[in-house]
Amino acid sequence: MKKSVIISAVTVAGLTAGAAFAGTLDDVQARGKLNCGVSTGVPGFAEPDANGVWQGFDVAVCRAVAAAVLNDSDAIEFVPTTGKTRFTALASGEIDMLARNTTWTFSRDVDLKFEFVGVNYYDGQGFMAKADLGVSSATELDGATVCIQTGTTTELNLADFFRSNNMSYEPVPVETGSEAVTNYMAGACDVFTTDRSALAARRANMENPDEHVVLPEIVSKEPLGPLVRHGDNNWGDVVRWTLNALITAEELGVTQANLDEMSKGTNNPEMNRLLGSEGTLGEMLGLDAEWAKRAIAVSGNYGEIFENNIGESTNIGLARGVNAKWTDGGLIYSPPFR
Amino acid sequence: MNTSELARRDKFQFSMLLNDKRYRSYTFQFFALFILICAMAYLGKNLLENLAAAGLNISYSFLGEPSGYDINQRLIEYNSQSTHLRASIVGVLNTLLVAFLGCIAATFFGVTAGILRLSNNWIVAKLMMIYVEIFRNVPVLIWILIIHSVFLAFLPQPKAFRGENPEATMLWDAFAFTGRGFYIPKPIFNDGSLIVIITFILSIIGVFAFRYYARQKLYSEGKLLETRWTSVAIFFIPTILIYFALGNPITLEYPELKGFNFKGGIHARGSLISLWFALSIYTGAFIAEVVRAGIQSVDKGQSEAAGALGMRPNFIMNLVILPQALRVIVPPLISFYLNITKNSSLALAVGYMDITGTLGGITLNQTGRAIEAVLLLMLFYLVISLSISAIMNVYNRSIMLKER
Repeated sequence: MKKSVIISAVTVAGLTAGAAFAGTLDDVQARGKLNCGVSTGVPGFAEPDANGVWQGFDVAVCRAVAAAVLNDSDAIEFVPTTGKTRFTALASGEIDMLARNTTWTFSRDVDLKFEFVGVNYYDGQGFMAKADLGVSSATELDGATVCIQTGTTTELNLADFFRSNNMSYEPVPVETGSEAVTNYMAGACDVFTTDRSALAARRANMENPDEHVVLPEIVSKEPLGPLVRHGDNNWGDVVRWTLNALITAEELGVTQANLDEMSKGTNNPEMNRLLGSEGTLGEMLGLDAEWAKRAIAVSGNYGEIFENNIGESTNIGLARGVNAKWTDGGLIYSPPFR
Repeated sequence: MNTSELARRDKFQFSMLLNDKRYRSYTFQFFALFILICAMAYLGKNLLENLAAAGLNISYSFLGEPSGYDINQRLIEYNSQSTHLRASIVGVLNTLLVAFLGCIAATFFGVTAGILRLSNNWIVAKLMMIYVEIFRNVPVLIWILIIHSVFLAFLPQPKAFRGENPEATMLWDAFAFTGRGFYIPKPIFNDGSLIVIITFILSIIGVFAFRYYARQKLYSEGKLLETRWTSVAIFFIPTILIYFALGNPITLEYPELKGFNFKGGIHARGSLISLWFALSIYTGAFIAEVVRAGIQSVDKGQSEAAGALGMRPNFIMNLVILPQALRVIVPPLISFYLNITKNSSLALAVGYMDITGTLGGITLNQTGRAIEAVLLLMLFYLVISLSISAIMNVYNRSIMLKER
């Protein structure tokens, strides 16, 4: 018995012993590899392709950071995390950043000691049901069985939604999104609930997408974005401004195609500061002048990343909606580069 | 050697801590303990320092806060406004439920398979061997997943019961076997049902009293009373008479298809059933081997002697062999019971909300209190395992070979 106490103490200590709380940027550069936490597989957002290479909207953020910091968008160790393991992985230092459709909430930011560096997708929780169930609104779901991923904000929103509408339900908890889909397809639950972007992605990958409807209700605000640990502001700045660089590039019309031409210097001072032909922004971050150029070169600006991974031309087919840039009436907005 | 010399030798001297055999072991043990304490203190300090560096602290105050999530199977009153502590208790009860059911079913499967493996019938013996080898050699998590998917795939969903010509129908309009679980009628206790229950309990006591009386009669006067049918009569007749005399105080609530699901009755969820079945059939395979070993450990002469006395085979098994085999079977059986309890923590694989799913899963996640929750979980499993050991050890002592 004594032995088991020691082993468990070692485990508990190990949980935090690996945490390094300063100099993440130096660590990453010394290691030559970025450890990036992603989901275990959501089509369009983060999923390995046929060759085993991770692709997707969230993965693109990891690649941009790796390109900015290490000058190699493939120098990444992708760590698949579940809704349950993601925060421990980040807090313990196993990963340097988490880009895994994670909702920015007060308690995660404040109580769990994380730093959300921005929002790359404004989402909301929705429901998907089989069309032959004949349900047209989430308020008709009294008594339904609902498949839900545990350890997510959706779980709490679900409880709130049914309580405030005075309805009962039966939760079927599962660990990963694909498990939820398996259960939903087998009929173990009537409804599957998660963020609407993920619902659209899952639906697009089903055999007959037309047999499933995403109900119109949006029951919560889910701002999704990458996050890092508290306590290393410099590293937080690197990730934050890499994301902002992608957004600013879209605002300024810098694309993968015209990037080289634009970086030679233009008459737009903000573009010059962004791409490093003017000013010392890169130096202030602890990087070189061309960091943002490299980040954009990987998979284009924010709009291009959106279109190529989850946009209307892909089979996921998400419209920009509130995720359009602010000048088009959306919410995607970057602070200025100056 | 005179007495003063002896006294001087026995007098404790400091060097004796290393040179004297009597004290040396104490010295070593003391140092071992000291190093152990230092190592643990170092790990503890390291943990606290790292937590402090991350701006975190160890606090159990989250247990008093509202949990915010719902749990499907709850044996006590619980909703999303209840505290995390209550959610943990719901999980504890679910763990205990599946562990208890699992131990009983595993013992049943194990004893049956173990005895049948020694059958003279070649087919039965080989079938049992195949059962044992297949189940013992595949990890339990895989069995849980296989059984759950079979459950989901082969049983009809509530939807299939709907419509004019449904694909599936209820058994006797009372039992519904669906992929979401089994729905069975639930007894409703009205006025007067207490009397029926008391009568029932009294008749169970009556059966035991009668059997005791019959045995005493056999030992003292050598008279063999008919026990089987009398027991059955004592068991059923008074309860049935009282039940009808009071005008059916206990009624049944039948499950009915309403909206999305069946409503009413008792709902044994698919997750509970597949977890229960998987755990018990898996552990049953191990128990079968222990039972077989136990039976084979009893000398062949014992059954031959019993046979020579004219005892029938099932009497030989029940009265001669099993009582002696139990001495060998029970100690390993304890660790199988512990295994069932601990393996039940794989419950989340099928969405069964045990303590690992509530406290170690959702609560841990929503509050981010990983270390606190894991420590509590360890404490819980430790307490449960030690309690099971204690109870089984009492039983073990009662069946040990009594030397007179």
